[in-house]
Amino acid sequence: MSARAAPGTVPAADTVAVAAATPQRAQPYAELGLTQEEYQRIRGLLARRPTDPELALYSVMWSEHCSYKSSRRHLRRFADKAPQVKVDGEAGTLLAGIGHNAGVVDIGQGYAVTFKIESHNHPSYVEPFQGAATGVGGIVRDILAMGARPVAVMDSLRFGPADAPDTARVLPGVVGGISFYGNCLGLPNIGGELAFDPCYAGNPLVNALCVGVMRHEDLRFAAARGAGNKVILFGARTGPDGIGGASVLASASFGAGAAAKRPSVQVGDPFMEKLLVECCLELGAAGLLAGIQDLGAAGVSCATAELAAGGGSGMSVNLDLVPLRDTSLGPAEILMSESQERMMAIVEPRHVERFAAICARWDVPATVIGEVTGTGRLEMTWRGEVVVDIAPETAASQGPVYDRPAVRPAGQDELAADVPDRLPRPAPAELGGTLLALLRWPDLADKTWVTEQYDRHVLGDTVLAAPENAGVIRVDEQTGLGVALATDGNGRYSRLDPYAGAQLALAEAYRNVAATGARPVAVTNCLNFGSPEDPGVMWQFAEAVRGLADGCAFLGTPVTGGNVSFYNQTGQVPIHPTPVVGVLGVLPDVRRRLSLRFRRAGARLVLLGRTGEDFGGSAWAWAVHGHLGGRPPAADLAAERALAAVLAPAAEDGLLAAAHDLSEGGLAVALAESCLAGATGARVSLPGDPFTLLFSESPARVVAEVAPGADAALAALCERHRVPLMDLGTLGGDRLEVAGCFAVTLDELATARAGVLAALFG
Amino acid sequence: MAGGAVCFDTGEPVACVRGRTPVTARVGVVTFPGSLDDRDAARAVRRAGGQPVPLWHGDRDLHGVDAVILPGGFSYGDYLRCGAIARFAPVMADLVPAARAGLPVLGICNGFQILCEAHLLPGALTHNTGLRFIDREVRVRIERDGTPWTGDYERGQEITVVLKSGQGHYLADAATLARLEAEGQVVARYTGGNPNGSAHDIAGVTNPAGNVVGLMPHPEHAIDPLTGPGSDGLGFFTSVTRALVAR
Repeated sequence: MSARAAPGTVPAADTVAVAAATPQRAQPYAELGLTQEEYQRIRGLLARRPTDPELALYSVMWSEHCSYKSSRRHLRRFADKAPQVKVDGEAGTLLAGIGHNAGVVDIGQGYAVTFKIESHNHPSYVEPFQGAATGVGGIVRDILAMGARPVAVMDSLRFGPADAPDTARVLPGVVGGISFYGNCLGLPNIGGELAFDPCYAGNPLVNALCVGVMRHEDLRFAAARGAGNKVILFGARTGPDGIGGASVLASASFGAGAAAKRPSVQVGDPFMEKLLVECCLELGAAGLLAGIQDLGAAGVSCATAELAAGGGSGMSVNLDLVPLRDTSLGPAEILMSESQERMMAIVEPRHVERFAAICARWDVPATVIGEVTGTGRLEMTWRGEVVVDIAPETAASQGPVYDRPAVRPAGQDELAADVPDRLPRPAPAELGGTLLALLRWPDLADKTWVTEQYDRHVLGDTVLAAPENAGVIRVDEQTGLGVALATDGNGRYSRLDPYAGAQLALAEAYRNVAATGARPVAVTNCLNFGSPEDPGVMWQFAEAVRGLADGCAFLGTPVTGGNVSFYNQTGQVPIHPTPVVGVLGVLPDVRRRLSLRFRRAGARLVLLGRTGEDFGGSAWAWAVHGHLGGRPPAADLAAERALAAVLAPAAEDGLLAAAHDLSEGGLAVALAESCLAGATGARVSLPGDPFTLLFSESPARVVAEVAPGADAALAALCERHRVPLMDLGTLGGDRLEVAGCFAVTLDELATARAGVLAALFG
Repeated sequence: MAGGAVCFDTGEPVACVRGRTPVTARVGVVTFPGSLDDRDAARAVRRAGGQPVPLWHGDRDLHGVDAVILPGGFSYGDYLRCGAIARFAPVMADLVPAARAGLPVLGICNGFQILCEAHLLPGALTHNTGLRFIDREVRVRIERDGTPWTGDYERGQEITVVLKSGQGHYLADAATLARLEAEGQVVARYTGGNPNGSAHDIAGVTNPAGNVVGLMPHPEHAIDPLTGPGSDGLGFFTSVTRALVAR
């Protein structure tokens, strides 16, 4: 591609006519991330060589990030195994599924919710602050494009060792970027995850989730229909941001050249995004949108190709009309630019004037850059010449699909054989020390240093936020209808067994949502893996997708959309396979939600669920012994479903006063967290091996405070759903006491976990 | 859309009757580009029995409201300096003289910053000493009762509200601080720890007349235990609706 011309000069354009006349001209397809076969395929589709702008367009559209070329074959499982769509009108019905900007779920009372999680891993390593900030911005525009008002964000973060020097660079930047963008945009941050592991040292994971709410009739799709309708680009001007980001950044692993890629990261302006949100909602309410699409990765290329392909129409665009921040940009750069805070709308000619007036009211620049045609072609001109002339579906949906070899890695059996049984277990008197050690471990320490940097109160509908089991947002102030959301993932479990690991991530998020009293209804996922060109990684990916698809089918919670992030590796070493799963639940009345906060001294404490010997990949094995081996806990989805079936009516009928899901660190850590949150101690006696009962990570369990007088009703409910119910003891005092083992004061517990992150990053 | 006030709930136009005796207090809530807590302020007014009236930054007309709230957020992206651009918004052209003439005005967070930039309140707000944004439930003591915004509180009463800001550090020169203390212009003070480095633990101040109040913490996020730390903040809104109806 030609270098950018100096200001004032006109760079020579590579036009369709020139391309036809110079079939042999060498083109930099490899530098743009295309293989020789892909390049030949483009030539075949066009029956000539592509122009430079066309090559740029295909390179970003066919990048791994945009085309899902390595994952598509596997992701079909989500649709093939999707649970039956429920009868119309029942909460949980899918109104839009995979393939749209985000999935949309009916939650009843005429409301629908759209939610999606997406990665911004590579940009966040290169430039943590802007990388994470624009990750938030991008997912918010996906939600906006569906017609919804964004109402909350969450983030799932993974970094290298907490005490590694580079983590001190990356983590504060990432958290600062999320804080800056989300707070200024006015979206409450209601939770997420924070974990550390050496495998993420050169490749942090920054996964951002956004949830939005709309009325059914506000649902919109990305489709350009109606010849003569105008194509309007609105929002920020286009500059040289993130050019090549989609293909170069997101699809290549980091080597020595990381510094040279710096300019590929985009810069965010949350103020413009806030204006764009309000402007889009007003445009939608005024009925002026015939189609809408956000500009994310691959910018104008993606928006025009997807809108044209989605509508089965054609589109003609004049690239000279794209408002530029840098007037020296050529057509290829305009097409590839990932400048943030831009949207594209399809508008009937009679509405253009009102459209412009609303944009002007919000100080949002809006420009007609083209129109819908009936030709079935995506045509673009620049300086009077045709520079793009393609069938849009060839870029949008007919990219290459690879069936990459997948082979179970050689070391997988040895890993499974290295069971944690050989690890020395603490004596009963040492169990208090073990608990304090786990609370000091950064993964389980108090996360306030991070979560305090996020506004969780704005919009005034946040009912629960971190460190609760799940975030809960009120949707309707009158009826109390609301939604619960949790994201979970565990790279160690998935490393030991990706099929089980994906199901355990699903199970944990499902359980976290259920623990608030909500009914889990739908799933989004962000699949973070190493290079798909590594057969071992491809096996991990295939197994994880299979596990998640099977799990969702069993639980009746469809995958509504998500994102795949490959090439998360440094050199030849991939990250742990890390499927992150987000689960959405519905609460008929948020006033009945359950908090993890223990409330009443004297109340009875119970454990719901069955505890087994589950230490493979556990927090204890890893944090205390540095051991990762054996088998992860067996996901028992029938038990998860039964537990959720108990928790929803128990919350609704007021049988429980508090509930906390058990996950990393087991019962011991959950007890400590709920005691500290409620500023009350507990006296617990355990029937059986106290170490196993306290630290095993068997899934499908919650610890709960029973409401006064509800014992019989709770027992009957558990009996009905065959959920084991175990008496643990009573709340009260200022110590967590386990009879025959240890007693630790609340102060000791608080001191252990407080200040850990501040000492590392403050 | 240049102008006409619309109802926050229904989007319907709100009839504006100037100069009548209010039966329900009509409290304007200004939306600047980048305002974020405007809906929350309107909700708090409604919960307090008042009628929230949306005011638009580009519209000079105050639409005859009985009081005005400048809500939290990042007006104009907080570019240049927090509140520095909002101060020049058309709506301020009418608001500033009205405030000087006694109109009750409450600035919350970014609204407080705007009031300082507009010289309706003394002092300035700058970066928290920790240099990070903080969202935290804080205890504050009401130091000045009897203003239109604090009439429902007792002097010395401690309440829990939500602080959420990156630039909540209140600053003024020594003479101004001495005057604020001597004249009873400190409205609220942090107790149990200074979260952002504010001089004299100041969380809120008023003008000498008492009608203009700036608060760094958000009382509108403490009006319902379901969505905040409690309902301690509602008093700012019931105070003004009561004061206006009694007038």
